[in-house]
Amino acid sequence: MSEALRSIIIILSVIGGVMTIAAGLIWVERRLLALWQDRYGPNRVGAFGLLQVLADMIKVLTKEDWIPPFADKSVFFLTPAIIAITTLLTFAVIPFTSTILVADLNIGVLFFLAMSSLGVYSVTLAGWASASKYSLLGGLRAAAQMISYEVFMGLSLMGAVMLAGSFDLRVIVEAQRGLWYVVPQFAGFVIFFIAGVAETHRLPFDLPEAESELVAGYHSEYSGMKFGMFFVGEYIGITLISALITVLFFGGWLGPVLPPVVWFLIKTFFFIGFFILLRAALPRPRYDQLMALGWKVLLPVSLLNLAVTGGIMLAGR
Amino acid sequence: MLSVLKAIWAVLLHMFRPRVTVQYPEERPHIPPRWRGRIILSRDPDGEERCVACYLCAVACPVDCIALQATEDGHGRRYPEFFRINFSRCIFCGFCEEACPTYAIQLTTDFEMGEYVRQNLVYEKEHLLISGTGKYPGYNFYRVAGLSVKGKDKGQAENEEPPVDLKSLLPGRMESEQ
Amino acid sequence: MRDAFYISAAVAFVSTLMVIIQKKVVHALLYLIISLLSVAVIFFTLGAPFAAALEVIIYAGAIMVLFVFVVMMLNLGAEAARQEKSWMSPRMWIGPSVLAAILLADMLVLLARGPAFISGGNVVGPKHVGMALFGPYLAGVELASMLLLAGLAGAYHLGRRLKKEELAERETRR
Repeated sequence: MSEALRSIIIILSVIGGVMTIAAGLIWVERRLLALWQDRYGPNRVGAFGLLQVLADMIKVLTKEDWIPPFADKSVFFLTPAIIAITTLLTFAVIPFTSTILVADLNIGVLFFLAMSSLGVYSVTLAGWASASKYSLLGGLRAAAQMISYEVFMGLSLMGAVMLAGSFDLRVIVEAQRGLWYVVPQFAGFVIFFIAGVAETHRLPFDLPEAESELVAGYHSEYSGMKFGMFFVGEYIGITLISALITVLFFGGWLGPVLPPVVWFLIKTFFFIGFFILLRAALPRPRYDQLMALGWKVLLPVSLLNLAVTGGIMLAGR
Repeated sequence: MLSVLKAIWAVLLHMFRPRVTVQYPEERPHIPPRWRGRIILSRDPDGEERCVACYLCAVACPVDCIALQATEDGHGRRYPEFFRINFSRCIFCGFCEEACPTYAIQLTTDFEMGEYVRQNLVYEKEHLLISGTGKYPGYNFYRVAGLSVKGKDKGQAENEEPPVDLKSLLPGRMESEQ
Repeated sequence: MRDAFYISAAVAFVSTLMVIIQKKVVHALLYLIISLLSVAVIFFTLGAPFAAALEVIIYAGAIMVLFVFVVMMLNLGAEAARQEKSWMSPRMWIGPSVLAAILLADMLVLLARGPAFISGGNVVGPKHVGMALFGPYLAGVELASMLLLAGLAGAYHLGRRLKKEELAERETRR
């Protein structure tokens, strides 16, 4: 098999796989939430309700795609694409196994941070372009929340980066052969997870869309497949953060007996499940509480974590 | 922080609880007999329709979903010429049943009224009338209230008691009985 | 690499031009973001992936978000556009354009003289950047960090929550 063909197959299967997982998460999330709330969830369409995904897709694709006349059309059009593209692009640097990865970039971690910081625009500009009060408030919240949490998301990663001595995600996984980084970098893992929840604005931290206050926040005015893009973008984001936690702190594809990809998927799905469990269990904090948690607790802890990690590494040298 | 972890753990444990959802079409829910469901018009034991077209139900209806037109047969007995209930408006409050002086209009335990065409939710008299007496098997309004026929007013026929004076607070019959 | 450089340079050129001529501020900012992204690609092609990533993370991802954030809250409408139009008299733009023309001429001369750029040189990784920052440029880094610290303290001072007495005092002074 030639090199080019191999890369094309990998790229297509990664995109296809990620999109399938993201679409399937619609069903997974509803079933899991139902499980934790003593309900059944969608179990009518197809076996176990699996075809619900298809039904939802048909619904969202055939819905009227309405652009409000007062909206800023070009920006309104652009924003749903940004979130889907930035999250999908990040999967290019995720090593599913030592051989299955799209681009072995030597600055993989930074590429992820860059893409996630561009993802902020999607939400912020969507809020602005809708020209509606609720959307604007959602967009403002999203901008402040996401750039705040990006700061210590980056800082929390650096512990793992320092231990591995590389920004390359594949090298980071290989460096965890002896011990997963969740043990030496437990604080980093916790902070990264919390920041990841805030970054994907998932449920305890879904203040940009807070339906009880802001209708649907930044995507109040979106309908049809544009809304669908936000929806899918959110699920891709969950998959992405889960995959990154797996790669950075839980040894990626490493594991006994089973093939590497299976290990990777098991670990990733575990964290996806945890994301959904958080949604089922926790209420939404107030906005100032969210910001206070970020700047007054997570930032100092992540800086401390970084300093201690550096100190121990220097002492051990 | 600990409370957050406790909350997550408590929710996780719900995995092992039984589910409370009733799987409806296969598993029937328990419907209490006083359930306020589809409205019917009942008949008295003789098979005549009970409705006397007094309009009280239409007046009581908070959403104005009942429409009817009174008419009389040859003996001066009132009955509805048409009787129409728009179930797409009905809120199943049961006020019509409470207002009805003859137990004609009754709410039943049936709630499965889905339709694909909205117009089909407008029920005419032939859809509403049932052949039985509904919740009140022995009751016949005219046996209790009396009926005036040509030459004889209420209470003047043989073996007939005089009608109740509705305007008096006193119990019992009118002066003829005392 | 060479093609990528020219394409992204063209994108940077066009988008920067659009920043200047756009009437809507948010659209102008969007073009500025595109411009920064294309500059990041240029860094990448010149063998500085770390600088490219930082360009995206810090400039395009954080600073520009704050710009957008502020502009979103300003609610600029047709009124602002009209006001701006009145400012654009020839007297106002002739000075900057002359300066820009000098710069352009400067660059053209440089381009005409010799090799335009060095591509495919040795890659400047994060390690090199770190060594440079905390080696020869240590004084600059320290100065910048002090400046930022002062800015941080100042922002905290301005944004702190006033106590009741202080509020009352401020009221009386007014």
